[in-house]
Amino acid sequence: MMDETHDLTRDAATAGGSAAGATRSQERLEDAPRQWRSLEDLAGSPEVRELVEREFPEQASEWDDPKGRRQFLQLMGASLALAGLARCSEPLGEKIVPFVRQPEDYLPGKPLRYATAIRLGHTTHPVLVTSTLGRPSKIEGNPEHPESLGATNVFTQASLLTLYDPDRSKTVTNLGGIRPYSDLLGVIHEAAQAQRAAGGAGLRFLTAAVTSPTLAAQIQDLLRAFPQARWHRHEPVDDDHALDGARRAFGQPVEARLHLDQADVILALDADFLGAGPGQVRHAKEFAARRRVTAEAADLKDAPVTMNRLYVAESMPTITGSMADHRLRVRASDVATLARAVAAGLGIAGVARPADIPRLAEADLAATLGVPGANRPASVPGVSEAQLAGLIQDLRKHGARSVVVAGPAQPPDVHALVHAMNQALGSAGSAVTYHPPADEAAVSAASFADLATDMGAGRVQMLVILGGNPVFTSPIDIAFGERLAKVGLTIHLGLHDDETAARCQWHVNEAHDLESWSDVRCPDGSVTILQPLIEPLYHGKTAHELLAAFTDRPLRTSAEIVKEYWSTRMPGGDFDKRWRRALHDGVVEGSGRPALPVSLRGGLGAQTPDAAASSAGELELVFRPDASVYDGRFANNGWLQELPRPITKLTWDNAAILSPATARRLHLQSEDMAQLNVGGRRLRVAVWVLPGHADDSVTLHLGYGRDRVGRVGRHAGFNAYAVRSAAARWIASAVRLEPTGGRYPLSVTQEHGSMEGRPLVRHATLTHFREHPDFAREMEETPPADLTMTPPVTYEGHAWAMAIDLAACTGCNACTIACQAENNIPIVGKEQVKVNREMHWIRVDRYFEGAMDAPEIYHQPIPCMQCENAPCEQVCPVAATVHSSEGLNDMVYNRCVGTRYCANNCPYKVRRFNFLQYNDFTSPTARLLFNPNVTVRTRGVMEKCTYCVQRINAARNVAEVESRAIRDGEIQTACQQVCPSDAIVFGDLNDPSSRVAKAKAQPRNYGLLSSLNTRPRTTYLAALKNPNPDLKDQA
Amino acid sequence: MPQIFHPSTNTIARVSLFGALFLVGGLLWVLVTVQRSSFTTRQGVPVTQPIPFSHQHHVGGVGLDCRFCHTSVETSAFAGIPPTQTCMVCHSQLWKDSPTLEPVRESYRTGVSLQWNRVHNLADFVYFDHSVHVAKGVACLTCHGHVDQMPLVYKNASLQMEWCLECHRHPEKYLSPKEAVFKMTPPAGATSSDGAELVKRYNVRTRTDCSTCHR
Repeated sequence: MMDETHDLTRDAATAGGSAAGATRSQERLEDAPRQWRSLEDLAGSPEVRELVEREFPEQASEWDDPKGRRQFLQLMGASLALAGLARCSEPLGEKIVPFVRQPEDYLPGKPLRYATAIRLGHTTHPVLVTSTLGRPSKIEGNPEHPESLGATNVFTQASLLTLYDPDRSKTVTNLGGIRPYSDLLGVIHEAAQAQRAAGGAGLRFLTAAVTSPTLAAQIQDLLRAFPQARWHRHEPVDDDHALDGARRAFGQPVEARLHLDQADVILALDADFLGAGPGQVRHAKEFAARRRVTAEAADLKDAPVTMNRLYVAESMPTITGSMADHRLRVRASDVATLARAVAAGLGIAGVARPADIPRLAEADLAATLGVPGANRPASVPGVSEAQLAGLIQDLRKHGARSVVVAGPAQPPDVHALVHAMNQALGSAGSAVTYHPPADEAAVSAASFADLATDMGAGRVQMLVILGGNPVFTSPIDIAFGERLAKVGLTIHLGLHDDETAARCQWHVNEAHDLESWSDVRCPDGSVTILQPLIEPLYHGKTAHELLAAFTDRPLRTSAEIVKEYWSTRMPGGDFDKRWRRALHDGVVEGSGRPALPVSLRGGLGAQTPDAAASSAGELELVFRPDASVYDGRFANNGWLQELPRPITKLTWDNAAILSPATARRLHLQSEDMAQLNVGGRRLRVAVWVLPGHADDSVTLHLGYGRDRVGRVGRHAGFNAYAVRSAAARWIASAVRLEPTGGRYPLSVTQEHGSMEGRPLVRHATLTHFREHPDFAREMEETPPADLTMTPPVTYEGHAWAMAIDLAACTGCNACTIACQAENNIPIVGKEQVKVNREMHWIRVDRYFEGAMDAPEIYHQPIPCMQCENAPCEQVCPVAATVHSSEGLNDMVYNRCVGTRYCANNCPYKVRRFNFLQYNDFTSPTARLLFNPNVTVRTRGVMEKCTYCVQRINAARNVAEVESRAIRDGEIQTACQQVCPSDAIVFGDLNDPSSRVAKAKAQPRNYGLLSSLNTRPRTTYLAALKNPNPDLKDQA
Repeated sequence: MPQIFHPSTNTIARVSLFGALFLVGGLLWVLVTVQRSSFTTRQGVPVTQPIPFSHQHHVGGVGLDCRFCHTSVETSAFAGIPPTQTCMVCHSQLWKDSPTLEPVRESYRTGVSLQWNRVHNLADFVYFDHSVHVAKGVACLTCHGHVDQMPLVYKNASLQMEWCLECHRHPEKYLSPKEAVFKMTPPAGATSSDGAELVKRYNVRTRTDCSTCHR
């Protein structure tokens, strides 16, 4: 495919060349490896040509469609009539409702912030939540907590929307009928009495991960009261393999905690440590700190290299893979072979070992690792011998400054090997430390399989499911839903009326984390107290309260339970003071747990590998948690559903993801329907072809195809759980994928606003950068500043500007969703995304470069560039977008008449138009969600990034009242605040000591499409990679 | 062929043409006038309240400072409407049996808030901040007028954008010394040249960027 289209592509690049006169840059373009955004783009297909030539494809479809048109006219007529009435006089009858007794410290108009935490499976994010007039309106990271350092990720940001989800479960139900909670208390009391006689032999508790010390203690108390009762755990996305691996290596279940700032060389074995999951934010902070090269051009040649080097072996490209200096395209089941080869390589005799590697006797290492005759690395499919040798050499050279990490999908065997490697390298204790798992259930609870057996045998009379959705997420071969019918009494506590709620007799609506008192152990071992930001919207209950129903004090509130637990556990006197301190800081003082000392057990090699690698040519299926819906719990979250998945840029669906070669072999194309056959279980899925994916492998993300979900998640994607069995929870081998005919439209944002192969993301290797510091600026000509018709503007006072460091940006999407939360940005739905009408003010563009099989991947967040010569301003007929005295392109919604000329004239395609009424003005809870400091836009209005002007104004007002200047760093835009890798810097360009001015003084700084003379205020620092010089010719 | 139109038609045509022009102009004038009239802006129209609270009595008569009730005017965007508790500071002692004040006592007893009718209501796309205006020497009186003479409060200004912009363009005419902000005296800048001095002293800048108020 590549060969056939190559010439065509070259032609397209020349024909669609850049602005007239820029011949130099054009020539350079011809030489440069062309960047492309999708297979169709590369192929220059007519559809793509048409797409890029049209600003809004199929615009005004409502108008063209006769049915839609009639409805449109009706709506139009109605709104005009209303407008006429409404404009006669200003709205009357608005009330002001003051307090009766005003709380101290409460100032109307000033938001308050509270420290709490948001839980996700066995991981936790400590946050500060902004409360506006008593309702939580924005979530930010807790800057004083080491697990957050002020940043957050997409799930944490979007959990705010889950709180206000109008489809949340609102009542206690019994067999579908609404019942009061007191009825359930009666039922529980009676059943518990009956169980007490038998010691609780028929009583089972099923939880998801339990990171709350109070909840764990409550369960343990209950197990003492009912000695025959059992506690089981089911978490669809767990780290059981890692814990098992640790058991094998160290004899105890410990969690490995990375400290990437301590590592010069990182080898990730199928580990997406920068992706959405445990530790993401901390990993990104520490990783990015070692990617930024800030030395001045003059000193570059002598400056010490601080940049780390990342090797990633993975099947589907992840954002971690896109940051890799060497990405090894390896099937998930072959990663174990690679791990063994690297482990063997670390024990090779004859290579001079640097002194800082501990002198583990070579014979010992070989015995420990169980690699017989490891004189030469074994061959690994997808990895050349030179690559392997270079990788091993690099690891050995950096010794204790290098670290190996394995992903949760890899078998325990690989985790054990990784532990052994880190011990051998000497990085254990520095770049990786070992801690007891935060999830108490992972250690104390019995397995889910045992519960299923007991249920099948009829030994369970009463089952209490605390959170989670096991009917949907449990392995398909267990048939948990059917087994539930054999249980006498089933009670489910959950946020949604989901598949599990439907199969249980009783369902209790759960309180959201932002409505609950609880506590949680963070991955670093410290404890954060969860405090509610709002009274439960639907009188939801917490797990603490439901468990209290089994005791003789059934009506205790979770506040009482949590406080009582801690009253004896906070060291030192004056509990109340310490309690308030813990609530204020967001961490219980002295609750952290130090790293555990571990020692490697011998005889690792004696164990047989967990899973043999699939034979070549055989298709394997890899399950992954989704970057948006995770395990399915966020399926009804519109922000996440519409967030383009990293790398694929898919929205609203999942798909079976294949490499181009495999797709060709199976006669499949993107959007084709196909049938997956996994050990006799069948699933019809849509196909998406992704460059860089490993051959003979299919990736399918979990959490889609929900059949009992709210209005947002309905009809979204395909249910991967339907083919996920207990034996193959992560990797299923011997899979068949056959075309069934038929197409399935997938909404991707990939082609939107394509920028036609101009040097957009500029990048170089570290070596090249040190020799040519100005490489980024030289890639495009910037016309002289006076080459413009608009009169020059001098910016007295402030000149706001932004710099985005592409060397640090991991493409995690957190900025997009933080912006959505901050700026009241609506979602538009799958069909509207299909016609390019998504509303994100900051998008993350993704570019492939190089060979289609193993391309390099770059990310580029694109907010409004706030051009000094702004093309949008020149064409607005009603002056709805105008230049401010501080350099912003102000967008004035109340003036906008919706001509869309500005969007047409914007070379960066960052303006978004409300084609329809996207914002939800009707749902009562949706109105609680809005940020009151940003206008909620209606249909017919253009909008775009404002540099969070509401935050600028708020900071200015405070500074003016205090008669001082605005301090550098005082204003953080929403995208900057959330960024886990600190890639975005915002500030005042007129202050030479500001961080942004310094960033822009870097030689890597360049403006996007600078040849157009738009003089953007948002600029980029060119991306850098640090490949191993010994592997120069290797991909 | 006989003439179709009578000669007088010429006159009618001329009058109609000019008349139409005047009619259009007149209509526009009517529209603009209505738009700026107190019919639209509610300027000067007293707003009834659940309790006939008199600023004239409490400010002009008793001499309460504005900030006694509007506590957050110096620190927040919103000046603040006093909680029932503030009323009861005095009215648990004074007029404690007055039937007029029964809603206040009831609110205090039951914990249900009083509901006041909003007098100054900006459009939702306009963001105004009291604290910064007060800090820059814009006196209460400058915008709200002589509330000490209002038995029932009414809007003293139109609150239309041209009114806002007049001050944002020429702040020197409307500034008072900070010590006089909460006094019922006209702004110094209105009568003397002190305004220019105040602009310098308080570092006041003319802010007419759209994003100053709209965002």
